[in-house]
Amino acid sequence: MSDSLALLLVPGLPIAGFLLIILFGRRYFPKASGMVGTFIMLISAAISILTAYKYFFVTGKVDGVYQHMYAFKYVWLPFTDSLSIDMGAMMDPISMVMIVVVTFVSLMVHIYSLGYMKGEERYATYYSYLGLFTFSMLGLVLSTNIFQIYIFWELVGVSSFLLIGYYFDKPSAVAASKKAFIVTRFADAFFLIGILVLSYYTGTLDFETMIQRLTVPGEHLTAIATAGFLGASALTWGLLLIFIGGAGKSAMFPLHVWLPDAMEGPTPVSALIHAATMVVAGVFLVARMFPVFALSCPVALDVVAYVGIFSSMFAAVIACTQTDIKRVLAYSTMSQIGYMMFALGVSRFGGESGLGFTASFFHLFTHAMFKALLFLGAGAVIHYVHSNEMKDMGGLRKHMPVTHIVFLIACLAISGIPPFAGFFSKEEILTAAHQSNPVIYWCAIATAAFTAFYMFRLYFNIFWSKEYKPAHNHDDHGDDDHHHGEAPWAMKIPLIILALLSIGTGFIPFGNFVSSDGHALHSEFHLTAAILPVSLAVISILVAALFYRKLTVVPTRLAGALKGVYSAAFNKFYIDEIYLFKTKKVIFGIFGNLAAWFDKNIVDGVINLSATAAENFSDTLKGMQNGKIQNYAVYFFSGLLGFVLLMVFLSN
Amino acid sequence: MKDIGLTHFLIVSTMLFFIGVYGFLTRRNMITMLMSVELILNACNINFIAFNKYLFPDKLDGTFFTLFNIAIAAAEAAVAIAIIINLYRMRKSIDAEDADMMRS
Repeated sequence: MSDSLALLLVPGLPIAGFLLIILFGRRYFPKASGMVGTFIMLISAAISILTAYKYFFVTGKVDGVYQHMYAFKYVWLPFTDSLSIDMGAMMDPISMVMIVVVTFVSLMVHIYSLGYMKGEERYATYYSYLGLFTFSMLGLVLSTNIFQIYIFWELVGVSSFLLIGYYFDKPSAVAASKKAFIVTRFADAFFLIGILVLSYYTGTLDFETMIQRLTVPGEHLTAIATAGFLGASALTWGLLLIFIGGAGKSAMFPLHVWLPDAMEGPTPVSALIHAATMVVAGVFLVARMFPVFALSCPVALDVVAYVGIFSSMFAAVIACTQTDIKRVLAYSTMSQIGYMMFALGVSRFGGESGLGFTASFFHLFTHAMFKALLFLGAGAVIHYVHSNEMKDMGGLRKHMPVTHIVFLIACLAISGIPPFAGFFSKEEILTAAHQSNPVIYWCAIATAAFTAFYMFRLYFNIFWSKEYKPAHNHDDHGDDDHHHGEAPWAMKIPLIILALLSIGTGFIPFGNFVSSDGHALHSEFHLTAAILPVSLAVISILVAALFYRKLTVVPTRLAGALKGVYSAAFNKFYIDEIYLFKTKKVIFGIFGNLAAWFDKNIVDGVINLSATAAENFSDTLKGMQNGKIQNYAVYFFSGLLGFVLLMVFLSN
Repeated sequence: MKDIGLTHFLIVSTMLFFIGVYGFLTRRNMITMLMSVELILNACNINFIAFNKYLFPDKLDGTFFTLFNIAIAAAEAAVAIAIIINLYRMRKSIDAEDADMMRS
């Protein structure tokens, strides 16, 4: 199969599945749409894995360097000879890694949902949305053109909106979907401005041309680097604006507020969109523009690094206090994406200094596996307990042995315990940070310790702690006392596959495949560097075990002792409240009132004035139609007279 | 001023026309208004005949139009009187002031 056909099929099949299910599936085969969607996804995933394999091992490498290749590319909207919006599929290491991640996780979620979503009323609609999302995400990662990425970026936002708001009869889900859409859309506005700034100076929208013009010294680079605005060059502004777009999608501080709320969606959706694929779009975007960041504008890259490390720590602290298990995972996602971001931020272009780039994508890959596993595992728990709250759980290890094991594996992986996948990628990130910036390195070490603590707090609270009593099932259904078992096989199989991958993917020599400049990067593994983070993680796990393995008063006492910090973290550092204050008081209160005044008095005033004028005029005119025939005759004759006079006047 | 020329006919017809207009606008009795309309029509007929005689003496178009007009005037009078009779049956009046049923 040729690459162009393959990469046409990879995103083409999910969108075909979406159309098939939304147009016909909902009516004619609602029960079978899950199988249809899953089957389509299976083909798409198989093709994408084959294509990536072919790229990495057969065609991609020329003289030891991975090439940028176009599977296909055609002009979609030409503006001038040099400026056009193209549609196409680019093949390079990062896009190949991404299509594998996206299709694979999507496939796992499709299979899992066969069990999890069974019996839902809008089952077919759910599967169609999954197809739409997968299509958009694949289109995004394969983009050849910054405008194409923007189009798919928005499509991803829409499908995320649809899936978060899937339970649209739940007001909190509706609010969450709106919030996610508005916050990311707000960031996307900056992204668009960034696109316009960069394309204005480079005269192109094509990634390859743009990157080339912005990295190789020449007229374009000189123009954009000298044009200043508020003390920074247009290049810095353009890149920062693009990063804001990426930060919005990737839930970086301070645009992260939508991600925890997005957990209102079905849990498999959270696994797919809000853990493994869509939220790393920002990382992907920065990686796509990475040569420009690294070669021409290190300042912007520093911003990426600091935003990344701050978000990472910030989220890790909040995650220690949350009680909703999905929210803990949401904050841990934000923290891990912060890891990927600062790994990009500390990286430089080419050679050994590009280790951060490789590490970032390595972590993206392993994180996709273990975070999807964590979410799907949490989904299985929620499926069993019918609650998201930790207080309703505890002691589940006997009730759900498979989930228990895979969840433990995922927790070990994310905590960076060897030999699980997270250990290797995290070590690589820490090494990269150590090489370039000690502040970031120590912050990252602290974050790693926090990560281990909150993940095992979660683990012990779910599976150990107190004995499990299915208390509230009595309220739900009378006969539900004998429980419905752990989970159907459709849910267990993806969990097991992902667990195996969470163990195994760490051993992939990622530097051979993905690096900032396409050359293979042989990172040496320093055992000594691993001692500190691993021992810290182990200590954190032991502390978590001490606190939460049995029900003790220690955590409550500790929370009491650190009252201020604890309640601030529990309330997510009041970021939501600040936003509410800003929107309610400042925007609605001041600008909103001004706009309302303008609308009521000026805009409405003009309309009302014209309406009143028309009414008065027509009232006057109405008086002429009084039914008196002789009045009419007067009008008629005076009109005639006027006409005659006019003719006389004109003819003279 | 030896002969009677075109101007004299036109003066007569103009006077007749405006007498008709005056009557149409001022009289309230519908029969009188109808008579005024007849005056206006006849002023028009005089014009036709006069122009025919003085400007195109070898043609008969004006005369024919006049004959048409007389026929039309007769028909119009018949229709108008029928309307007036019906109005009288409804309103017991043939005053134009009372015939304002089509007011907005």
